[in-house]
Amino acid sequence: MVAMTVNGAAVSVDADPETPLLYVLRNELELNGAKFGCGLGQCGACTVLVDGKAAVSCILPIAALEGRAVTTLEGLGTAEAPGPVQAAFIEEQAAQCGYCIPGMIMRTAGLLAETPEPNDEEIRAALQPNLCRCGTHMRILRAARRAAGRPSEEDNFAFVGSRPNEEGAPS
Amino acid sequence: MEESGSAIMNAAAEVRAILVQRAAERLGVETERLRVEDGVVVGGPEDIAYGALVDGETLHVRYEGRGRRADPASYQIMGTSFPRTDIPAKLTGAPAYVQDLRLPGMVHARVVRPPVYGARLAEFDRAAVEAMPGVTAVVRNGNYLAVVASGEYQAVEAKRAAEGAARWSGGITLPERSKIYDRLQASAAEETVIHGTDAGSGSPVKRLEVRYTRPFQMHSSIGPSCAVGLFEDGRLTIWTHTQGVYPDRKAIAELLSMEEGAVRLIHMPGAGCYGHNGADDAAADAALIATALPGQPVRVQWMREDEHLWEPYGSAMVVEANAGLSAEGKIVDWTYDVWSYPHSTRPGGAGNLIAGNLVADPFRLTPPTNIPQPAGGGDRNAVPPYDIPGARVTKHFVTDMTLRVSALRGLGAFMNVFSLESFVDELAEAAGADPVAFRLAMLDDPRASDVVTAAATDFGWDGWTAPMPGFGRGFAYARYKNLAAYCAVAIELQVTPETGEIRIHRAVSSVDSGQIVNPDGVRNQIEGGIVQSASWTLFEEVLYSSDRIESRDWSAYPILRFDAVPASVRVRPIDRPGEPFLGTGECAQGPTAAAIANALRNATGVRIRDLPYSPERLRAVLQDT
Repeated sequence: MVAMTVNGAAVSVDADPETPLLYVLRNELELNGAKFGCGLGQCGACTVLVDGKAAVSCILPIAALEGRAVTTLEGLGTAEAPGPVQAAFIEEQAAQCGYCIPGMIMRTAGLLAETPEPNDEEIRAALQPNLCRCGTHMRILRAARRAAGRPSEEDNFAFVGSRPNEEGAPS
Repeated sequence: MEESGSAIMNAAAEVRAILVQRAAERLGVETERLRVEDGVVVGGPEDIAYGALVDGETLHVRYEGRGRRADPASYQIMGTSFPRTDIPAKLTGAPAYVQDLRLPGMVHARVVRPPVYGARLAEFDRAAVEAMPGVTAVVRNGNYLAVVASGEYQAVEAKRAAEGAARWSGGITLPERSKIYDRLQASAAEETVIHGTDAGSGSPVKRLEVRYTRPFQMHSSIGPSCAVGLFEDGRLTIWTHTQGVYPDRKAIAELLSMEEGAVRLIHMPGAGCYGHNGADDAAADAALIATALPGQPVRVQWMREDEHLWEPYGSAMVVEANAGLSAEGKIVDWTYDVWSYPHSTRPGGAGNLIAGNLVADPFRLTPPTNIPQPAGGGDRNAVPPYDIPGARVTKHFVTDMTLRVSALRGLGAFMNVFSLESFVDELAEAAGADPVAFRLAMLDDPRASDVVTAAATDFGWDGWTAPMPGFGRGFAYARYKNLAAYCAVAIELQVTPETGEIRIHRAVSSVDSGQIVNPDGVRNQIEGGIVQSASWTLFEEVLYSSDRIESRDWSAYPILRFDAVPASVRVRPIDRPGEPFLGTGECAQGPTAAAIANALRNATGVRIRDLPYSPERLRAVLQDT
């Protein structure tokens, strides 16, 4: 039996302690936000927050979660009252099929918890573990910027490790 | 949009005309006096709402073209960017995909596939798997194997155990990857000359002869395929994200020797599929397993490797092109040959399903269709959109497909536009011409010229200079299928020779897909098409050795991640009020690939004709020069 909190509610899970958190969230708790994408920690579709930090739930055994606080997409808000990161993604219409977006939202939420005013390089680096197949990346970056409090008309997203002498270069 | 959107719009106009006619009869006035505002017929002695005109009946009539579509100038909603209604639910955790479907008493299944196409299940220790916690069934039918458990992770563990408990033998030998293009060109092919123009005047003083290649590439949906099946009272229901519920039903009914009428497929969204991926096969898995467990809902979720290894890929392709330039810098002859495996093996027959090949009495693949012009399959967009004399275009259709292939977004258009628009750039350079001006001089369709000019203008093509060494610019244009949306893409990128890394600083695009319904939807599709195509172009190739496909997960099939996302993507949709919908989803991929190729040449002086432009390939090529 593993005791943790999920979206603020105390939860006791009676399952094989090796069971990855993702399956418990989706089946025992019937939460849809975290998605199965690879089961290998390679794509980030299953991203949740554990004690406020982004983590891939598909390879995280529940044995490691005793006494810890898990936040899923559902913990951020509802369709009627979306949380600020969700609202930013909705505002930017940052979805095509939408399957990867919960993971992108959780990754952004994790970033903002640690770094309230991230620059573009920090946003790119934070989202690096997460894959999108529809090519919605520009909107995801715009949404993350908006969630960070600086919505913008022009994209112009600095690359990670941009050398200082590139800053003036048109991009 | 082209088909369903147009049909709905025409049907709506028809219904409006019928209802106005009814209102006129009821009110005893001429129809000309009446008009419609927000679903209410007004202008007569009294207003009548649509609902009151069809009280208690089903309006089921044949379309006869009675109605006239509204004047585009009167549209209230079409042409404005309105938010999608599905997004808030999807972004807050509402059930939205077939993966989210939970039925009472549902059990979880996983499939256990052979290590390579054609392998046989020689031995299997069934008892060892059946004894595992939670396992409720092991389903075997010939070489078809699946495990079922009450808990989902128990099913995953049972799959892993079953893989250890199975011994497979035989299977096909896959060709050597470096030889695949020679093999494709040497295979027996159905050859069709799909385009020919009369020779013009002028004699060539320069000749270019080139060969382009594209490897097998994946759909690789971010959500592996999934389906839920329930077999009850002799009737089978499947919840599926297939793109074609009726063809898949037909194949599944054949697989199970059931009447089609006893099989029902209910569509639910899945993760983006980009064509024929594993969805149809997962539905067949659910069918096969559910019929073995009557009364129990069965959810089949493919694991990542099931999708990567078994989905039908986009075909490997080869293009050979040859053209002459006159002393005036005009193209005077043009020969273009494209070799391709099929671009559709959709169901149809049970033999087009993985399960149909694995069961004890296997089914044969339906002979693949050689999709004809003008849309074309492997030859989609192989015909140049330019006014070129002495042109001859030949398709070489090879059905001995080696790896399992089918429809991937755009079919042959991605490779043909990459090749054709690379080649046009090579010719422009040989002619000493500006690439945009060179194209404009050969385009006689004003809508084509408009997108080319718009993209060049927005990019700042004239007067552009490299801001730093290592920068380059490239341009490309295509009209998708030569009959759908017009799209031009200009790219500014930067190459780091030491790492082989390409950074796309700017992608600037213009698109004309006819009457625009939702401009933000058009932008979303083009932005996505550009980024997805950048991934195909820069990173993607299915890896395989003689005895297996090696691209079993994202580490062995890398795609674009956030470090490679362009700094900026800008899209200008050109509205054509009253013109037919042309669709937007597949027009940007080809031009993006060619614009990257042309920008790479501009940045480095190197022309690479083989996809993908992986960092490894780029480093190797740049070190050789």
